[in-house]
Amino acid sequence: MSREKILAAVAKNKPTSTPLPQIQNFGNQYADLAEQFRSVLTTIGGEVVRVKDWEEIRAYIQTHFVGFRIITTIGELSDMAQNSWLQSDPHSLNNVGLAVLQGQFAVAENGSMWVTEAEMGQRAAPFIAESLALVVKISEIVPKMHDAYARIGSADYGFGAFIAGPSKTADIEQSLVLGAHGPKSMVAFLID
Amino acid sequence: MKVGLFIPCYVDQFYPKVGIATLQLLEKFGCQVSYPSKQTCCGQPMANSGYEHLTHDCNRLFINNFAEYDYIVSPSGSCVLHIKEHLHAPESETQNEGKATHIRKRIYELTEFLTDILKVENLEARFPFRVGLHQSCHGQRGLHLSQMSELVATPFSKPEQLLNMVKDVELVKLSRKDECCGFGGTFCVAEEAVSSRMGIDRIDDHVKNGTQVLTGGDMSCLMHLEGVIRRRKLPIKVMHIAEILTATE
Amino acid sequence: MTINHATAAEKFNKDFDRTTWHDETLWWVRQKRDRAAFSIPEWEKLRDTASQIKHNVLSNLDTYLVEFEKNAQKNGITVHWAADAHEHNEIILSILKKQGVTQIVKSKSMLTEECHLNPYLAENGVEVVDTDLGERIVQLADEPPSHIVLPCIHWKKEEIGVLFHKHLGTPEGCADPTLLTHAARENLREKFLTRRVAITGVNFAVAETGEFVVCTNEGNADMGAHLADVHIACMGIEKIIPQRVHLGVFLRLLARSATGQPITTYSSHFAKPRAGQEMHIVLVDNGRTTQLGREEFRNSLKCIRCGACMNTCPVYRRSGGHSYHNAVAGPIGSILAPNLDMTKNADLPFASTLCGSCSNVCPVKINIHEQLYEWRQVLTKSGHSPTAKTLGMKAMAAVLSNPSVYRLSGKMGRLALANVPFVVNNSLNPWYKQREMPEPPKESFGEWYKKNRG
Repeated sequence: MSREKILAAVAKNKPTSTPLPQIQNFGNQYADLAEQFRSVLTTIGGEVVRVKDWEEIRAYIQTHFVGFRIITTIGELSDMAQNSWLQSDPHSLNNVGLAVLQGQFAVAENGSMWVTEAEMGQRAAPFIAESLALVVKISEIVPKMHDAYARIGSADYGFGAFIAGPSKTADIEQSLVLGAHGPKSMVAFLID
Repeated sequence: MKVGLFIPCYVDQFYPKVGIATLQLLEKFGCQVSYPSKQTCCGQPMANSGYEHLTHDCNRLFINNFAEYDYIVSPSGSCVLHIKEHLHAPESETQNEGKATHIRKRIYELTEFLTDILKVENLEARFPFRVGLHQSCHGQRGLHLSQMSELVATPFSKPEQLLNMVKDVELVKLSRKDECCGFGGTFCVAEEAVSSRMGIDRIDDHVKNGTQVLTGGDMSCLMHLEGVIRRRKLPIKVMHIAEILTATE
Repeated sequence: MTINHATAAEKFNKDFDRTTWHDETLWWVRQKRDRAAFSIPEWEKLRDTASQIKHNVLSNLDTYLVEFEKNAQKNGITVHWAADAHEHNEIILSILKKQGVTQIVKSKSMLTEECHLNPYLAENGVEVVDTDLGERIVQLADEPPSHIVLPCIHWKKEEIGVLFHKHLGTPEGCADPTLLTHAARENLREKFLTRRVAITGVNFAVAETGEFVVCTNEGNADMGAHLADVHIACMGIEKIIPQRVHLGVFLRLLARSATGQPITTYSSHFAKPRAGQEMHIVLVDNGRTTQLGREEFRNSLKCIRCGACMNTCPVYRRSGGHSYHNAVAGPIGSILAPNLDMTKNADLPFASTLCGSCSNVCPVKINIHEQLYEWRQVLTKSGHSPTAKTLGMKAMAAVLSNPSVYRLSGKMGRLALANVPFVVNNSLNPWYKQREMPEPPKESFGEWYKKNRG
């Protein structure tokens, strides 16, 4: 059995045990978390829109995504979207124009937002849609990734992702192109 | 203090004036300098080629030549680094390991000896030229003579600190301040194409930024770069830093 | 017979302007890395922390592997163990056969490159489509990636235009990166929608939770995995980290070191298969336990495959990834490859000036340049050096060990210019190809000293 062979070889060859280091938090160097988040996410191709309430989000979507197939898991926006998609074959989401999902929280240092399967509805949703909108409460921005994992703790999820901007590539001569295989655009709504 | 002058083999053979300038600098600051006449080489050419096991005789010789000095000083970061990292008594002569340890701890590259041990603050030198400094990797990344561009850390530079004491020197700002020149010991012939190309690119950076005199703390890098300059007939003069620190032009 | 690095690099350097372009493109990435690193005041402490976590991992790897296996199984993931590349490939093929699948999608995995999975599956009638854009480009060109993070960094956009015109039907002469990328997007979207099995790599696997993390910018790993009935993730055993909280350290370092981004677009945490889906993970040794036993080289197993050492390496930038004839090129590849095959890779530790820049950018502080030096000693002692070189070195050592012989040959040497230690073992002396030798002085320093101070 390779399993036993590998484990035996590791046991034989591993060095003397050294302790795990303390993981420091390194504090918060950002005066304004929302501004730091906005500034980072916009430099990596995302858009950040500050909104007071759901009505503003609704208005934004109505202006920018006319005629698109919209899906969401957010109760407040359910009337704008189809509601029969949650149980359907994920391949059928191929024509989704916009997925609007809730992010649990955002990270100021890198412009990412944490979204788990519960908010995604279907795992494919934030990836297969032409555009992605994530809604995060402005009070839910943490400074750094250490804070992010402290926040996640030992949460039980089947799948979760930090998402930072639209999908992108620079594989052709280091020229940045938005819209590789996932969404071509991404907007983060920071809601009061 | 008793200083043993270690002049690397290729400096001894090809650049005696660098040895002379080094000696003059040390004497100028009151060191009692001797040059052990039986010295040859630090052994690095063999070691870096994978033949560290052939360096025992060089090591024995080095220990015999330099064990008695308070400090050992050399105008070559690369050779000093090799001694610092690899000088040990041959296995059959473990009684001499103490001497080897003494040498490893007391050997200094010239510029760091001037700034850190002699704490030189005034050189009374003048050199009215645009000077481009080549940071040799072994001096910089090995001996930490200057801060390294990769590290998120406070900048400093011992050779620049000294060059700034020379009247009328204008230091050239390079596009890549600490990229390797491509010398690399036997690399310069074993990987001739890449080595030459790296040298050409370093020189190009100096040409673009207006270097009149190219300097550095390692004559091996400078020998390689000078080879490129002369082949391309470029109007750049090459001098070891010791020569500029003793200049009175 | 593999072409050695020096010969391949010489060929690469024949095109002067292209070498300039390759060097400058990668230097640009190094500069982006610098800007990202310098925006984090605690950068060096993060590197220390990451290195220490990895050291703890290496020293408890068996415990963590068992813990990971237990938790992954609890999560509903099937765990496989592969002693070598062949077993890894067989495991994958057996899963595909069970599914009756002959067409699959695969996102980036250097491990599958190392195991030569694609050719193996092709021989067994399975078509693999690489979905990372860069990997797709080199796949269409029938080449291996030349860089672990930027697989087609050696390709110009005009050449990609020609390739895509031929394979994807883009307009002739189209070299616009956006248009080319979107053409690949259209083409690969169809593959994602129709393939039932997706392979991904693994960036980190967490022992404590049994989850694994895959980082991409393109979203291709997610598109593959979330649309497929079966997700197979392949990882080297060293990818384990103890706890979820450690991801905070590594995800801060990875993308900043790799491309200068603050984080990859997607950092996907796969903990359980989705309802109705199968999820497999293959834990691969393939020489890693041997490397673990090599005290001076085991730190190479800390590598998180960011590619920073390649981008900063002045030799890599001027010789191209293919010159390293190994799945992982550049400085890190040169310390990993001899562990796999000393004879075939004996040249790689010499493809370096030992400048040390690689060790300084490494986010887990692998002493890469020191290991290159150590590999040189190991390879030489184990008889992997050319005889002529050994003879030359012995002759040089003999001269340098004897002061009077040295003085004498120095005198002659200054005339013949043959005694520079660096060139003494080369009869044709390649130094002269592009460089002059120093002009010999009348006397050596030793002779001057004797006259003036003696």
